[in-house]
Amino acid sequence: MLSFFLLILIYTGIYSLMALGQNVITGYTGMLSLCQAGFFAIGSYVTAILCVKCGWGFFATIPVAALLSAMVGVLIGLPTLRLKGDYLAIATLGLGEIIRNVINNWDSLTNGPMGIQKIPKPSFFGIEINPYSKWGYLLMVAIFVLVFYLLLKRLADSRMGRALEAIREDEIAAGSMGINVTKYKVWAFAIGAACAGVAGSLQACFSLSVTPGTYTFMVSVIVLCMVVLGGMGNFKASIVGAFIIQLISYFPQLVGISNKFPAQFKQILFGLILIVMMIYRPQGIMGRSRRSFSKTGRSCPFKFLASKVRTVFKSSKEAGR
Amino acid sequence: MGSVSEFFQHFLNGLTLGGIYALIALGYTMVYGILKFINFAHGDILMVGAYIGLFIFDFLRGDKPLSAWWFVAFMIAMLCSMVFCGLLGMFIEKVAYKPLRKATRLAPLLSAIGVSFVLSNLAAWLFGTQSRKLEYPFDNTPIVIGSGSNAVSITPHQILILVASALMMLILKLFVDKSRMGKAMRATSLDQDTAKLMGIKSDHVISLTFAIGSALAACGGMLIALDFKVYATMGTMVGLKAFVAAVVGGIGNISGAMLGGLLLGLLETFGVALLGIPQGYKDAIAFGVLILILLFKPDGLLGKNEKEKV
Repeated sequence: MLSFFLLILIYTGIYSLMALGQNVITGYTGMLSLCQAGFFAIGSYVTAILCVKCGWGFFATIPVAALLSAMVGVLIGLPTLRLKGDYLAIATLGLGEIIRNVINNWDSLTNGPMGIQKIPKPSFFGIEINPYSKWGYLLMVAIFVLVFYLLLKRLADSRMGRALEAIREDEIAAGSMGINVTKYKVWAFAIGAACAGVAGSLQACFSLSVTPGTYTFMVSVIVLCMVVLGGMGNFKASIVGAFIIQLISYFPQLVGISNKFPAQFKQILFGLILIVMMIYRPQGIMGRSRRSFSKTGRSCPFKFLASKVRTVFKSSKEAGR
Repeated sequence: MGSVSEFFQHFLNGLTLGGIYALIALGYTMVYGILKFINFAHGDILMVGAYIGLFIFDFLRGDKPLSAWWFVAFMIAMLCSMVFCGLLGMFIEKVAYKPLRKATRLAPLLSAIGVSFVLSNLAAWLFGTQSRKLEYPFDNTPIVIGSGSNAVSITPHQILILVASALMMLILKLFVDKSRMGKAMRATSLDQDTAKLMGIKSDHVISLTFAIGSALAACGGMLIALDFKVYATMGTMVGLKAFVAAVVGGIGNISGAMLGGLLLGLLETFGVALLGIPQGYKDAIAFGVLILILLFKPDGLLGKNEKEKV
């Protein structure tokens, strides 16, 4: 039970990294991208191939995974990011499928549908981090998530973050203000891809094997759902979204009623939650309201509550006077 | 390799594949034309259509041996499944998309993904995960035309696909171009608010659009189910490719969807057969073509180029 909960937390961490990247692309820059699974796969396969075939250490492969994912992101991003809205979604969806297709068929490098097994356990200055013991691995994943969270948070508060938000709000206006729209879009895409690449590395060495079946289109969709469920343009919310979705997907197993429910139950529930969520709370659980709505919009239930309490206090004070 | 008959053979195979893509792409393109969002659940409606058709067909033919009755039963099954899916499409629109008319553009897309999850997993739960075979309602031995090295063979199944998809597209094209309701449909897709001012009941038009698109998906679903089996995720890949076809032709444009579908089918067949691209990369061809076409013609082959105004 505890160990199962740790497993959920580890998966939350791995998916959080992807969701953080997706948040940069979709939440901040407003580009609907559907190929996090592709970059996730690239990261995983880089780690798997370098570890198994070249005998590299796990930590040495992470920068390579991030860089290669980002490079593929840039290569594809430069031409496709000119596309708008749904067209971009479909082009990136196509890219994700191409990456999976290539991995599935490039037998000499990726071993095709069989995948790569026996990835060595990672070790950190001689201390082996055993994925089976979970605590150590969880700590490692948590550190990665924290580092990326802080980095991206700094990024979002910087000049670049504001440029990205300007692009999301109005591309033409941003361009006329002197923001190099293409440059920033490609940057955002590359950063998002790099996050997914690192997540892929962690996934590969957690499961100790990689197969192309893991990196389907569904992964991209789930990651997008995490971002939207949490609330777009909010990094904390992406992590919360990742946790909620992982919790929902493993809930029947966690409380030991998985044999009473069909295996498909969680996905049905997940779909229903998505529909209901979109109808009743499209800005997500911790959705950030835009500035123009801030007077009426309830950005966060707690903040809303706090402001209510404050007004009550204020009026009571005034009444006392 | 390279003889004329071989070329025709591949052309024929590509045409049948493309016919199915076009049929399914129509549903995507009609919905996109009016509501401007990708109906991700379209592929799953196709799957539901194939299941319903399979059940009705199996019920009707019973234990009777292969005869003309099988074909009649198949047609009845197809009709029933088209009606059922049309109603299902309308129901889904009412429940999951209608409340989101005024929401951001991402909302209906994600809601559609939710619907897709529910449908495909509900099917896997109710009907089991093993795939089922939809029997050919006729003797499917290929008919050989010509002789020797000039022979071209065509299966009755291919003929059925070609006839059915051509017929459906013709009816749809006539309906949209000539009928009163079709006119209302075109008006709604051009400008929903103005159409409303002109007295067009846009809710009815949208319902009808979903009904027609879903019915066409059911028809396409049954046609492919004959070759590939019926299973819960059968619609996903076909749905994606049909969407690619719709985008390639210029989304929102009905002739574009037909053109895109045929083009995609031909490219896939010829890419594997003539250019020597390994069979495994077949799916990559479709998406590669998509990216290439979007680069040079971002609005698709027949799409209108809309300049954004500030």
